[in-house]
Amino acid sequence: MYAQNVPLSWYLLLSAALFCLGIVGFLIKRNLITVFMSIELMLNAVNLSFVAFAHQWHMVKGQIFVFFVMMVAAAEAAVGLAIIIAVFRARSTLAVDRIDLMKL
Amino acid sequence: MHLILFLIFAAICLAGAINLLVQTHPINSALSLIVVMISLAVLYLMLGAEFLAAAQIIVYSGAVMVLFVFVVMLLNAGREERTLGSKAARRVGLPAVVAVMAVLATLILRAQGLGATTLDPELIPTAELSRVLFHELLLPFEVTSVLLLIAILGAVALARVEGSSVDDAERTAK
Repeated sequence: MYAQNVPLSWYLLLSAALFCLGIVGFLIKRNLITVFMSIELMLNAVNLSFVAFAHQWHMVKGQIFVFFVMMVAAAEAAVGLAIIIAVFRARSTLAVDRIDLMKL
Repeated sequence: MHLILFLIFAAICLAGAINLLVQTHPINSALSLIVVMISLAVLYLMLGAEFLAAAQIIVYSGAVMVLFVFVVMLLNAGREERTLGSKAARRVGLPAVVAVMAVLATLILRAQGLGATTLDPELIPTAELSRVLFHELLLPFEVTSVLLLIAILGAVALARVEGSSVDDAERTAK
């Protein structure tokens, strides 16, 4: 059963579609945490492109780059969620419409 | 086989991403993001990246999303209100997204020599991956560990309350 192979471009198209859905979420969602989740979705979409290209050209470094992206995303999530908790303490809301000042 | 698996998991992936946008409660969005991440792990597995598939499940759907769900529950986040958002986001942002998608799709479909992917587990073995990671790229690896340490310290410093009540309670207890 080696019959049908998937063209690489399909993986790339899936990645592009996920990235665009992430942008749409970033624009339309009104909850700070969900906006942050959309950013994670975009990071994941780009990782899929990296893995697909690493597969195509047999490059180990593509996969290692994904590994580093994961590490940085984990650090980013920890700091970002801590910032969200701090914002919620100061404002008692998570609606992005009401968080429009840097000043406390 | 490969094609069928790809179609199934790509469909789950897209459905999860769309569900993330449609749901109004953040906990539902978080759960659909977990679905997206796990089906991406399956796609990684089909592309021969076993290590990354495992790391995707452990790091992303395990650690990062648990953190998200934890924060949603800690802050008791309710349904989001549906506001219209800014006019700039609707008038410029959404057409720009469509344009980005169109440009990316044209570039991908017109690119030459992309070829097809095969189900070959021996393409990039994990041993080779770790050899490169711990020999050639040892310095970036160590720098990343320092970055993680700084992130932990930053998260603790940001999330703790000034003159925290726990400290006060301890002091009064003494």
